[in-house]
Amino acid sequence: MIKIDKLEKKYGKVTALESVSFDVQSGKIVAIAGPNGSGKSTLVKIILGLVRMDNGEIYINDEKLNSHFQYRKQVGYLPQIGRYPENLTVKEVISMIKDIGGGEETFEAELIDEFELQEHLNKEVRTLSGGTKQKLGIILAFMFKKDLLILDEPTSGLDPISAGKLKKLIKERNSEGSTVLLISHIMSEVEELADEIIYFLNGQISFREKVRKLIEKTAGINLENSIAIFLNKGVSY
Amino acid sequence: MFIKLFKYSIRDVARSKWLLLYGLFFLLLTEFLIWFSSDTSRAVVSLLNVIIIIIPLVSIIFGTIYTYNSREFVELLLSQPISRKSLYHSIYLGLTIPLVMAYLIGIAIPLIIQTDIDISILLIILVSGIALTFIFVGIAFTMALSFDDKVKGMGFSFIIWLSLSLIYDASILLLIWLLGDYPLESALIIVSSANPIDLSRIMVMLKFDVAALMGYTGAIFQRFFGGLTGIIYSISVLLIWIVALYFIGRIKFNRKNF
Repeated sequence: MIKIDKLEKKYGKVTALESVSFDVQSGKIVAIAGPNGSGKSTLVKIILGLVRMDNGEIYINDEKLNSHFQYRKQVGYLPQIGRYPENLTVKEVISMIKDIGGGEETFEAELIDEFELQEHLNKEVRTLSGGTKQKLGIILAFMFKKDLLILDEPTSGLDPISAGKLKKLIKERNSEGSTVLLISHIMSEVEELADEIIYFLNGQISFREKVRKLIEKTAGINLENSIAIFLNKGVSY
Repeated sequence: MFIKLFKYSIRDVARSKWLLLYGLFFLLLTEFLIWFSSDTSRAVVSLLNVIIIIIPLVSIIFGTIYTYNSREFVELLLSQPISRKSLYHSIYLGLTIPLVMAYLIGIAIPLIIQTDIDISILLIILVSGIALTFIFVGIAFTMALSFDDKVKGMGFSFIIWLSLSLIYDASILLLIWLLGDYPLESALIIVSSANPIDLSRIMVMLKFDVAALMGYTGAIFQRFFGGLTGIIYSISVLLIWIVALYFIGRIKFNRKNF
């Protein structure tokens, strides 16, 4: 699904990514984790075309990304902080993204019901609370069925019930064949959703492991604990 | 794709209360000047003196704030199957056209309905306002795309406005005072061409053809080019400004790491 080869990015003198290579198979949920400034966001933004890479290659479904944009038809993206045109209504923002999608089948009606956005449809975006904006982001990311979903801290700002619904939705889409890249600080969420974790430190991949296997090998009580054990002591495989 | 995006972009900007206030300001100002001036020419000259300060200031501030505020939204749209070029066009024009419309409606309606203004004078004053809007939104875009830090971006935008509208006049006076004994005409034409605000003012004044209102640089234009050629030269240089800033903004937008 995704293949990344020797990806490099510097901002001025600061190295954000240093020779990062990995691949993600179709139909998997892979978590990208790591402390702040470890390069996770840069990686995601390069995949999406928001940030230009200095060196390296990225392939999505065996197609090499250069400066074209059509590949993004296969990609759904949920940003960490969703900001939308402030004077447009929720309904207008949804139609805009639908228009851009160019006639693909959409599922926004079910999502609006599921996340209880009906009463907000005619409100202007600037009047919405943070949580409601995040729900709007969910509708926009999930209204099409995409091959690849990139979710950046998807449950941040959501109430527990909506967070639960979103996790269910992620699993559903994954079982229908979508590959998911999940960027998260919440290790319980990663443990619940992801098959594998790729852990970034200082712009490089520190380790990559199946979530269950990591917990088993380190004998941690949960994923968070296992990562702490791993990073403190190191475990030989 | 551009038309689809442009439609939403323009709807977003057009609903801003600031835009409504901006249009109303021009409407009231024009009304006020028509009422209190003894003839149309005086009203238009007074109007021009306000326009060349207010349009650049509002365009540069509104443009910079809007560009920073739409950053996350740009991130969202860039993650959709859209080219950066289409998105750039829709944001730049979506911001400029509502500002131009507010100005046109605010100025043109009272002038057409309530005065016997010569159509060529009306056109030239509208053209100068439109050109200033495009140029200063272009500068705002370039500044906001050059600096990630909002304070820096706003600061530089404001300094550019201040330099072109106020410090420039003082510098010209100083230049004339210091180097008055030398032939300065060609140098001053180049310096004026580098300032779209002065160029817009000169363009309208050349149309009026009143020597007392020309100012020093206006008088040089009059002498060097004559009225019509001076106006054509001014419009051409303003167009170069618009096109250059459009391309600089587009290149910056294309290379930008969001």
